[in-house]
Amino acid sequence: MRVKIWGCRGSVPTPGPDTVTYGGNTSCVEVFADDGTTFVLDAGTGIRGLGLDLLERGIGRIHLCLTHLHLDHLEGLRFFAPLWDERVELDIWGPPSHELSLQERIARAFSPPLFPVDLRDVPAALTFHDVPREPWAIGRTTLAADFVLHPGPTIGYRIETAGASFAYIPDHEPALAGTIADRSTDWISGASLAEGVDALIHDSQYFEDEYEQRIGWGHSSVADAVAFTGAVGARRLVLFHHEPHHSDGLLEQLEDRARELAIRNRGPSPMLAHEGMVVELP
Amino acid sequence: METRRHKHLVLILAREFASNLATPMLIADDQGTLVFYNEAAEAVVGRPFAEAGEISLDEWSESFGPRTESGAVPPERLTTQIALHERRAAHERYRITSVDGVEREVSVTAFPLFAHADEFVGIVAIFWRE
Repeated sequence: MRVKIWGCRGSVPTPGPDTVTYGGNTSCVEVFADDGTTFVLDAGTGIRGLGLDLLERGIGRIHLCLTHLHLDHLEGLRFFAPLWDERVELDIWGPPSHELSLQERIARAFSPPLFPVDLRDVPAALTFHDVPREPWAIGRTTLAADFVLHPGPTIGYRIETAGASFAYIPDHEPALAGTIADRSTDWISGASLAEGVDALIHDSQYFEDEYEQRIGWGHSSVADAVAFTGAVGARRLVLFHHEPHHSDGLLEQLEDRARELAIRNRGPSPMLAHEGMVVELP
Repeated sequence: METRRHKHLVLILAREFASNLATPMLIADDQGTLVFYNEAAEAVVGRPFAEAGEISLDEWSESFGPRTESGAVPPERLTTQIALHERRAAHERYRITSVDGVEREVSVTAFPLFAHADEFVGIVAIFWRE
């Protein structure tokens, strides 16, 4: 399994000279499974570049797995080149809601005054799926999804092949339900998704003092990201959903802090996600 | 893929909510297993949750011998069982004998919890001390 980061910024795109190292595009991650199945996790602005790359590689069957429909995870979809290619089959997976179907909710982004083209006029063959409650298979890959702590219906994903496991929980505030270290894993949001995975991409938007001012906003401090990783026994932590106000320099300070905490917790050494980063698993 | 599922997110949030209340509250999952009650509820039932542990709500409720003026309450008419099996809110006043042997008057309001996509995930019961 190969995992590639196309966008790792949280909340809003942040192009500019202060963010060139880690990137300013919002959430989008490509997972290329051993059997050739292509998964795209979230449709932040990073998906624009990925879309062009997928078409260039001739990939015509894509599974887009959305964690939720906040703008920074959906805003790139309208500019995803495969969407505008009639040869492409695109399966879109996302969280269920009892109010509106996934298709109806996504269609809002393809309607006036936000966008000139209606979703029904998109040329690619689209199929929408609420994620199942139980793990499901696509090709030789098994996926699991579950709701996690973040405002609105939001899920995380676990992706497994015969030889590797990976979890993606980009927007997550498990500490809102109490101190992580004090809890058994069955009382920690998202724990079963990430338990023992080879690599975990996890929200680490804030320094600890920033988090104190933003409790309940749905994101984690770097300390909580490290604590969560330790609690679930993930073997690698990729720090994700970078705060828009954090320059490259500040992000490196955040990574230093994460490593300091990880040493104290005897956990794996965390690393910052950056655009273009490739993680080969296992 | 064999993943041990953690408690449903709604139960995790309910537990945190209950932990911060001075109102006695218990939580059971969709299978009828009592998964948590708070410190305020400990004073009503006469035993800390840590001692009780996760047990069947049936077994746990019956151990208090709940009764009304009409006599013993059949298990299926307990408010918690109505919320669990009929998935609707229920309220009743009972006389119970707590684990510490003290007889108490309590009112119990129980209601089902539904998550996104109308998934039934468990119940909450609130005890009102008379």
